[in-house]
Amino acid sequence: MKSASKRLAANCALMLAMAVSCLAQEAHVGNLTGHATEGKKHYRRYCIGCHGPLGDGNGENAQWIDPKPRDFTAATFKCRSTPTGTLPTDQDLYNSVGRGFTNSNMPHWDALTDQNRIDLVAFIKTFSPRWQAEKAGDPIKVPAEPPVTMESITHGAELFQKMECWKCHGQQGRGDGPSAATLTDSKDNPIRPYNFAAGGDDSRFKCGVTNQDVYRIFMTGLDGTPMPSFADVIQPNDAWDLVHFLRTLQTNRHSRENEVLKAAGGKIPTKAPDANPPAQPENKGSGSGN
Amino acid sequence: MRTKLVFVALLAFMVSPALSFGAGTVSGKITYTGTPAKQKPIDMSKEPSCAKQHTTPVTTETVVTGANNTLANVVVYISAGAPEESSAPAQAVTFTQKGCQYIPHVLAMHTGQELKVVNADQTSHNIHPLAKINREWNKSQPPGTPPLSEKFDKEEFVPVKCNVHPWMHGYFAVLKTSHYAISADNGTFSLPNLPPGKYTITAWQEDYGTQTQDVTISGSETKNVDFTFKAKPY
Repeated sequence: MKSASKRLAANCALMLAMAVSCLAQEAHVGNLTGHATEGKKHYRRYCIGCHGPLGDGNGENAQWIDPKPRDFTAATFKCRSTPTGTLPTDQDLYNSVGRGFTNSNMPHWDALTDQNRIDLVAFIKTFSPRWQAEKAGDPIKVPAEPPVTMESITHGAELFQKMECWKCHGQQGRGDGPSAATLTDSKDNPIRPYNFAAGGDDSRFKCGVTNQDVYRIFMTGLDGTPMPSFADVIQPNDAWDLVHFLRTLQTNRHSRENEVLKAAGGKIPTKAPDANPPAQPENKGSGSGN
Repeated sequence: MRTKLVFVALLAFMVSPALSFGAGTVSGKITYTGTPAKQKPIDMSKEPSCAKQHTTPVTTETVVTGANNTLANVVVYISAGAPEESSAPAQAVTFTQKGCQYIPHVLAMHTGQELKVVNADQTSHNIHPLAKINREWNKSQPPGTPPLSEKFDKEEFVPVKCNVHPWMHGYFAVLKTSHYAISADNGTFSLPNLPPGKYTITAWQEDYGTQTQDVTISGSETKNVDFTFKAKPY
């Protein structure tokens, strides 16, 4: 009896400590410090309708929304600067709140002050215990961008083939590759690959508009979606070549990449088929004369 | 010389009764009742490099049965009663993607144990463990790239899929114990090297869920523990 009440007291103390630490959750970006207690007020006003009172993405509007609102209890986020499987940085979440998500119902919350947004980030971090147990991943380094050249674009096009990006995104980047129709996110909701060719000068990627953002998207992967991380299999310089090529898939968008491509005649040279046999090296020297 | 050996063996037996000497074994067979759902054929025509690796039709592997109603790919493990293990086995376990299938379909490993993921195909795969307790990650593995090295920290049955090839499904069984087995094609399993004690044995099938049974091992005996799952027709 005594030990039971002792255990109860210990449990209560633990729960209290957790509750306090939850409410004491902070977020830091530059000189800003966000507080969960403040963020909770803004959340209840601006976010609860879609993300829900429990932060699980089941707000009352959620049933009408596609893609579905983020489930914060899973602590899995698409837009990160950190490796796949790791928590994003406070800066990543702060950027997402301010940027919003293109092709979704998540608006850019630039009507909120910087302090409001960082408070919200602190509160979002109370929905999963992972924020107590883990640190954010180490951001993937993005080296300085090399100049846009036809060589870079051409090599990027080769990588697009080699990495089989086209399996989902399609040869023209229209999001219509052979696997596109079957894709689902980690909650089994259908999801479409990004259509590079849609939109013009206003077109945005899910996680930003700059070349650095594009670099980051395929190196980190978009966790919770079919888009994997390529950080282990693409070298930094190759990654920039791929970025330059991907920009040329945005055919209606003015860009340095499209200018360079146009100046070179508008076509990316493909290697002669003889110089690049389709991946059957073991057939070489077999003497079959095929 | 021989008496000396016997003496040493006897001594070892007395000193370490909890080690291999005097240790018990739990073995048994996994069967099902009813009619399991028919496995669906897999069409790999969109991936010719994989399709041509198969001479016989490929089907899903959600339920793999053998003769006399036996069940393969069932994870059987000690879920309670085994002594705490301080470290994971040093040897890595390997998960191979070959012919656009996962080999093995169900891979068991210890928490913290190294997992090597190999792509033996001529196509890119992405390895996407849909973990809920562990961390969810998703990595691309083009042909010819070195094996990926990963590990999971917490006990969980993690579904694994490849988004590029939506028919590819498998499981990681991440366990806190090294006392586990996967039932063979004839449904049999064996958990050796169990020191005397009371154990809970859990059997897990990806479609039929889990079952548990308690067993007591005293000395170097072999206890028979069979599990019978009720098959789902759909």
